[in-house]
Amino acid sequence: MVFSAKPPRLRASAVKGLTFMTTLKVKIWRGTESGQFQTYDVPRLESQTVLDVVTYVQRRLDPSLAYRFACRVGVCGSCAMTVNGVSRWTCRTHVDKVAAGDTLEIAPLRNLPVIRDLATDMTEFFDKWAKARGRFTGAHTRKDDFATVKPESKERKRVDAGIECIGCGVCYSACEVVTWKPDYLGPAALNRAWTLANDVRDVAQQERLAAVAGDAGCHACHTHLNCTERCPKGISPTAGIAGLKRLVLKAAMKGEL
Amino acid sequence: MKNDHRARNHPAYWAFLVHRVSGVALTLFLPLHFWALGNALQGEARLESFLRWADQPLVKFAEWVLVLLLAAHMAGGVRLLMLEFLDWRDWQKTLLAGAAGVSIAVALLFLLNLT
Repeated sequence: MVFSAKPPRLRASAVKGLTFMTTLKVKIWRGTESGQFQTYDVPRLESQTVLDVVTYVQRRLDPSLAYRFACRVGVCGSCAMTVNGVSRWTCRTHVDKVAAGDTLEIAPLRNLPVIRDLATDMTEFFDKWAKARGRFTGAHTRKDDFATVKPESKERKRVDAGIECIGCGVCYSACEVVTWKPDYLGPAALNRAWTLANDVRDVAQQERLAAVAGDAGCHACHTHLNCTERCPKGISPTAGIAGLKRLVLKAAMKGEL
Repeated sequence: MKNDHRARNHPAYWAFLVHRVSGVALTLFLPLHFWALGNALQGEARLESFLRWADQPLVKFAEWVLVLLLAAHMAGGVRLLMLEFLDWRDWQKTLLAGAAGVSIAVALLFLLNLT
């Protein structure tokens, strides 16, 4: 991960040959929780992503700008920011799709402490994955044979629907309930719990349900579907949260919780 | 830092707002409803005069708004129950549009009945 590290300078040829269309007015958040937007002029290019814009500002205009990225191709989940008021992964967000005219407003993710500029502290976000019992607990040893999970089984399909989460924090940033109730586990952690709740090899199901059944768990969701609307991977954490609510209800009715 | 209206500008959030606002409005209306019904206990004349008062166009309009709120709250509630208790469907927005359509249809039918 890069956190305000000094990158190598772009070669001129990297920009040469691309068509300069116009100039973007880019407002970027500078500061921590308190701060202000600073405006930069950035040449608008064809097929330019929001991450390209931020990188241009840091490499060409203001090296003190702090932001975070790694893979640039939508795999690592580290470059999420708030773009024109909406949480997005910036590496795969084209400027053309989000710019209002020739302006962009880029801010850090919401609902997370701001370290500096566009970099947020994700500690709380990942701690909540642990609180939601987001780790796999198996009963087999390396001496046992592979577990057989049929791809067409209901459980496997449910896992498939939620497993591609890259932990970017977009859903957590978009979630209104996290703002209202800061101890709410949030959509990503609950989605993780749901994928494990459908893992037939996992043996800590009751413990996990107890972890997500509390006041800060799945029942705190107000079904705004902000997470579903914004997830860049097309996952619906709301589906998992609804599933967890059903599992908790069933377990409570059986007296298991 | 908190989100502003731009982050909330999508159909499911509007549906949440409609559900919440209609729910609160209907709750506030309930005491009025019971008061109106209570008039019947005061005798026929009292109720009759209230019903005549309720025939005014503005009150009729308010009644139509009430039916719209009731329909929206009910259709939205059914949508939420389906979302929470049935297997997930990827056409949640279609369901949402359906709930909006049912609410408006019910309110229009009521309007036809009024005239």
